[in-house]
Amino acid sequence: MTWSEMQPLLSQGTVDTLYMVLWSALVTVLVGLPLGVLLVLTDKGGLLRSTVVNKVIGVIVNIGRSLPFIILLIALIPFTTWVVGTFIGPTAMIVPLAVGAIPFFARLVETSIREVDHGLVEAVQSMGGSIPTIVRKVLLPQALPSLVSGITTTVIVLIGYSAMAGAVGGEGLGSKAVTYGFQRFDNRFMLITVALLVVIVTAVQLIGDIAVRLLARRGRTAS
Amino acid sequence: MITTTGLTKVYQSRGREVTALDGVDLHVREGEVYGVIGQSGAGKSSLIRCINLLERPTSGTVTVAGQDLTALAGRGRRAGKELREARSRIGMVFQHFNLLASRNVQDNIELPLEILGVQGRERTRKALELLDLVGLADKAKAYPGQLSGGQKQRVGIARALAGDPKVLLSDEATSALDPETTRSILQLLRDLNQQLGLTVLLITHEMDVVKTICDSAALMQKGRIVESGTVGGLLATPGSELAHELFPVGGTASGPDRTVVDVTFHGEAASQPVISQLSRTYNIDISILGAAMDTVGGKQIGRMRIELPGRFEENVVPIGFLREQGLQAEVVDTAAAGIPVQTPAPLTQTPLAKEVAK
Repeated sequence: MTWSEMQPLLSQGTVDTLYMVLWSALVTVLVGLPLGVLLVLTDKGGLLRSTVVNKVIGVIVNIGRSLPFIILLIALIPFTTWVVGTFIGPTAMIVPLAVGAIPFFARLVETSIREVDHGLVEAVQSMGGSIPTIVRKVLLPQALPSLVSGITTTVIVLIGYSAMAGAVGGEGLGSKAVTYGFQRFDNRFMLITVALLVVIVTAVQLIGDIAVRLLARRGRTAS
Repeated sequence: MITTTGLTKVYQSRGREVTALDGVDLHVREGEVYGVIGQSGAGKSSLIRCINLLERPTSGTVTVAGQDLTALAGRGRRAGKELREARSRIGMVFQHFNLLASRNVQDNIELPLEILGVQGRERTRKALELLDLVGLADKAKAYPGQLSGGQKQRVGIARALAGDPKVLLSDEATSALDPETTRSILQLLRDLNQQLGLTVLLITHEMDVVKTICDSAALMQKGRIVESGTVGGLLATPGSELAHELFPVGGTASGPDRTVVDVTFHGEAASQPVISQLSRTYNIDISILGAAMDTVGGKQIGRMRIELPGRFEENVVPIGFLREQGLQAEVVDTAAAGIPVQTPAPLTQTPLAKEVAK
């Protein structure tokens, strides 16, 4: 394959990968964040102590985390078809990607929120703050650097998953690598797609690290 | 201003019951600084958290500014609107300050105002006014991480005052600070108490805190209040453990056949030359084993441990003389490691036993 043949494939693949990853990351954060917060709040000693809710969410999250992603991809085909109308293509892939990443992210959120000093919660309670106030004004802002670093990790996991999604009818760099690199024994093309994925992952990590550093600079470490 | 009756808190821990508070009756009058002192594990922390119901008492009632908070709390675990409103009128400062590191000083102080729904410009005005009050007008834009411990506690106090509370709860506010900073924070609390008429309930394990700013004090042991009253009154109570702790006087008898007496001076008696009068009147030699003088609540108070020759039976008259002069005189049983024993009462009655007998 010549470079001029490769270029459109690679750029299309990159666009599709970014499209799948960013949208699924958005859905993951929107669903995973409340789940993670709920895991902390409903736990023993939490503000909304509820063993039942905690156990139910915990079990769902654990099942989600232990299923191999490739199995989840196939198992979710009916659900994906129901949501998007098809199970092929980058848009359809957002569904399994998000479903796969939500439990993972929820656990990361749980860990981040748990690290917030309970004294701060007590302080806001003593001011008459309600539970939504505590979540909005204390738990989330205080855990923000840690949450951002969790989002970075999740996006990188999603990039890995998205390459796998390529094998079952998704698009993106992974699918291109399989179709053109692996099946046509074009090692050069394969290496270039891998290099591109490395570049994307590195860029995401770098942006995430810079964001965390900027947030942490607000003197939060010294207190 | 703050009244608790029969306050009990029992924690369930791994199937075992731990009683943190065991029927605490506390009465804090309006405008006073009230100190609850006790060792760690005595239940002080549970007590102060039960006052604004951060901890739900197992039984008993808490009334703050005429409002029965335990009734407001209801049965649910979550704090309802009424309880939250009541809490917003009770300020609280913490040992570890509990400032939000992600907000600067001004925004930290505005937090309670945000919760109260105060508008932006009014919040800023109030926050800056409070910063000025605690002497940190130039630190509005600093982050907590850039402040010293004393400055952080000043921010904590400013934040606690944002809702114009009538009552301030202080949870070991000075325990994480060095002695000099402790003094300046206590001075600030004293000033606020006097300027704003703020009622302060503080818990501490440091006697110095009680000595420096408290009008009244209570001693807590094993979840119970074993002694309480005004500091002056406690010092005037024979056998008071708190008085003994506040003014520790050391020294043991130099030999057998000696009587050791702890003398407490307060009020007018402090300025009388009683010891030399005693010496001249009865022609006895008196040695001073230890002494402490201090100002408590603006009053000169002192304690002195003196030794008289001869056994107690021989010294009944001189001791009577001291009491006639309006002094507190307690004979010390030096064999019992300096624990003062009440002389008029049977020797076996310890202060604790007396309190329980009530």
